[in-house]
Amino acid sequence: MQIDVQTVNIEQKNQTFSHLKKRFGDKKIPSRYQEASYDLQAEENLHYRPTWAPEQELYDPNLSKIRMNDWYDLKDPRQFYYSTYTLNRAKQQETMESNFKTVESLNLIEGMPDPVLAVAQDLLIPLRHANYAANMNNTLVCGYGYGTVFTQPCVYHAMDNLGIAQYLSRLGLMIGDVESLEAAKQDWMDSDAWQPLRRSLEDLMCVRDPVEVFIKQNFVLDGLLYPLVYQRIVDQNLVEQGGSGISILTQFMTNWYLESKRWVDSVIKTMASESAENKAVLEEWIDSAANHFTSVLLPVAGLAVAGNQADELVSEAHDELLQRAKKAGLFK
Amino acid sequence: MDIKKTPKKLNVKEKYRLMTRDLAWEPSYRDEKEIYPYVDYEGIKVHDWSKWEDPFRLTMDAYWKYQAEKERKYYAIIDAHAQNNGHLNVTDARYLTAIKLFLQSISPGEYASHRGFARVGREFAGVGPQVACQMQSIDEIRHAQTQVHAMSNYNKFYNGFKDFANQRDRIWYTSVARSFFDDAMSAGPFEFLIAIGFSFEYVLTNLLFVPFMSGAAYNGDMATCTFGFSAQSDEARHMTLGLECIKFMLEQDPDNIPIVQKWIDKWFWRGCRLLTLVAAMMDYMLPKRVMSWREAWNIYGVENGNALFRDLARYGIKPPMHWDDVEKSIDHTSHQIMLGLYQWKFGTAFHSWTPTASDIEWLKEKYPTTFEKYYLPRWEYAIAQKENGGEYNNFGLPKLCQVCQLPTLFTEPDDPTQLCHRETDYEGEKYHFCSDGCQHVFEQEPEKYVQAWLPMTAMMQEPLKGDLAAWMEWVSLEPTAAGEYANSEDKANFEKWRKQVSTD
Ligand SMILES: [Fe+2]
Ligand SMILES: [Fe+2]
Repeated sequence: MQIDVQTVNIEQKNQTFSHLKKRFGDKKIPSRYQEASYDLQAEENLHYRPTWAPEQELYDPNLSKIRMNDWYDLKDPRQFYYSTYTLNRAKQQETMESNFKTVESLNLIEGMPDPVLAVAQDLLIPLRHANYAANMNNTLVCGYGYGTVFTQPCVYHAMDNLGIAQYLSRLGLMIGDVESLEAAKQDWMDSDAWQPLRRSLEDLMCVRDPVEVFIKQNFVLDGLLYPLVYQRIVDQNLVEQGGSGISILTQFMTNWYLESKRWVDSVIKTMASESAENKAVLEEWIDSAANHFTSVLLPVAGLAVAGNQADELVSEAHDELLQRAKKAGLFK
Repeated sequence: MDIKKTPKKLNVKEKYRLMTRDLAWEPSYRDEKEIYPYVDYEGIKVHDWSKWEDPFRLTMDAYWKYQAEKERKYYAIIDAHAQNNGHLNVTDARYLTAIKLFLQSISPGEYASHRGFARVGREFAGVGPQVACQMQSIDEIRHAQTQVHAMSNYNKFYNGFKDFANQRDRIWYTSVARSFFDDAMSAGPFEFLIAIGFSFEYVLTNLLFVPFMSGAAYNGDMATCTFGFSAQSDEARHMTLGLECIKFMLEQDPDNIPIVQKWIDKWFWRGCRLLTLVAAMMDYMLPKRVMSWREAWNIYGVENGNALFRDLARYGIKPPMHWDDVEKSIDHTSHQIMLGLYQWKFGTAFHSWTPTASDIEWLKEKYPTTFEKYYLPRWEYAIAQKENGGEYNNFGLPKLCQVCQLPTLFTEPDDPTQLCHRETDYEGEKYHFCSDGCQHVFEQEPEKYVQAWLPMTAMMQEPLKGDLAAWMEWVSLEPTAAGEYANSEDKANFEKWRKQVSTD
């Protein structure tokens, strides 16, 4: 039966679900982000211990050295839940689609100077393998982290990394067909410039502390790599040398980094302000990983710029990262 | 390499391979075992991960695009539903019991699937299944969230919705679904895929979603049925993933066959026990019925199941071990469960009721060999008690099955007059089961099932110690959310609001 019910004036019983009322009061209607995120993970009376690791709980906050009184403090300032996430990405992919069309229709790749294309090939295309590792690492954090507001953005981040790997693959296919991807993989596997990074990512894929993985991948490595590669080398060096076409095709990566670092920084800031112990753990992870990845990325930068400039760019990225860490309340 | 050469046209399969498969590499600095520590211990042998056939070939840009389109439509409809007081379009407020049960039991299962698929999407050592599982992981959080958003508007006007999060962890009957998903998640990655990807998504999903979503459509619940439609194409992908994963395991090594068979036996039974709640929903909770549980089983269970297991026979897979017991139970379970829920209605965050005269006619017609003979007399007894001013309650606590966590209220497969009860001694303790199927599951892995959290046992222990009022507070059960539908605030309000509409 279809009835016209628009005019009925009926009183509401509940403003919201009890778990949200407990957290936020019931003066305001909770947002869809809050409804979609808080307290969705089972918390109590977990039935069985994992057969793969009986010493663990099925959802286990103690998998990490980081301790939170309430893991739901780690909210995502972007307030991404599935719907807002996909709508945002759909818009971005539309832009990227038209960027690919523009580059194609204007023959921007064909018109590009050879040295620019060589940098794109040597530096960018192998990175698709690094994005695959980032995809795996974020999937781990989503799977084993604690509390939906922390774990949920990680599945989005994992899929974003897959998306980036696929954009890089398309770029490779444009500049050199399947051989581009083959050559890049060869480089990734064998060339000296890439071995330190590949080794470090294989190491990171063996780490099982979800927050440690989160910090080293999303904060440290990406926090060095994106400013270095996309902001400096692509958007400055390559553009100056006639490589605007490349910069158009990596626009997603540039914007994505700026958007997602707000989330990463906010998570770190909240964890750091929780306790001196957390702060110490985070500082130790960040300090060692930042030094390590800075040296790892040096030969990678060297694929695009001369040695002394590579030094400079990498150390700029390193400084920028430490600035972010300071802003998040660390190292002071 | 020849830069700037004109790209060849790649076919979809080749392109997808380059976009996913080709991203991974064989580690050389670390051992694969360090990166994928859980991939061996279940005994499944995989010789060649690249033999995995991608069940669907969706790159991320296409995924974002399609899914965003669906999201836009979905939220437009549920926004309109909320704005227009769409909840008053449901047939009557009895219907809400079905979706309360759904929110308390199934939505948390969607969430558990999301986390479980993220885990296996990380643990498999091949990029094909990794990516397929990750996609299912992100779909499943979508399902959990869209369901919560759909129910959010009902929660504003009716009891029984607002405490679903606490009740997911504490109230007694939700542990049926919780223990099911916890069981799958605490299993290894391959068993998880057989449990959720194959048994649940492929074999049983039509028995869950078709009844719920068509029930919603028949009963004027636009919000839920919109969710169902919106999830359909996700489900189609999940089903192909489920089928691909079982074929992959069976084709990799003949030693995998008995292991997979054992899991099929277990998860088919586990799933059918979980679905007894859906049976009660279909036969009793929908004011306007879609079809009987028996009819649904004949189509989605028997027909589809036969075709599937005929197909799997070429691998040496046999139909699930307790298939015959399930078949024998179909004409009984919905009545047994509903009578159980009704007699323990003081302890449920949804309402129940005795069937009306027209309900009884329908049940007689749909269950000609069982309803009138075995169950009508019990309903008549309950109705008579009500008419005499009494109430049909059973304040004795149900004894729960150690495995499926349902009360041991089922009957012997071959004798509907005998309650079925099994027990096993294990390390000096006695464990109780509702059936041969559950006992069998226990005996395969007793060290796992002895850990089960049993809500009734918990109620009798510290700190509740059997205090019903303390228990109700602990599970956030308000008296207005429980009990007989006829006396409920939900009914009174719904009828009052509906009257307002018709007199306006
Ligand atoms: Fe789902
Ligand atoms: Fe059972």
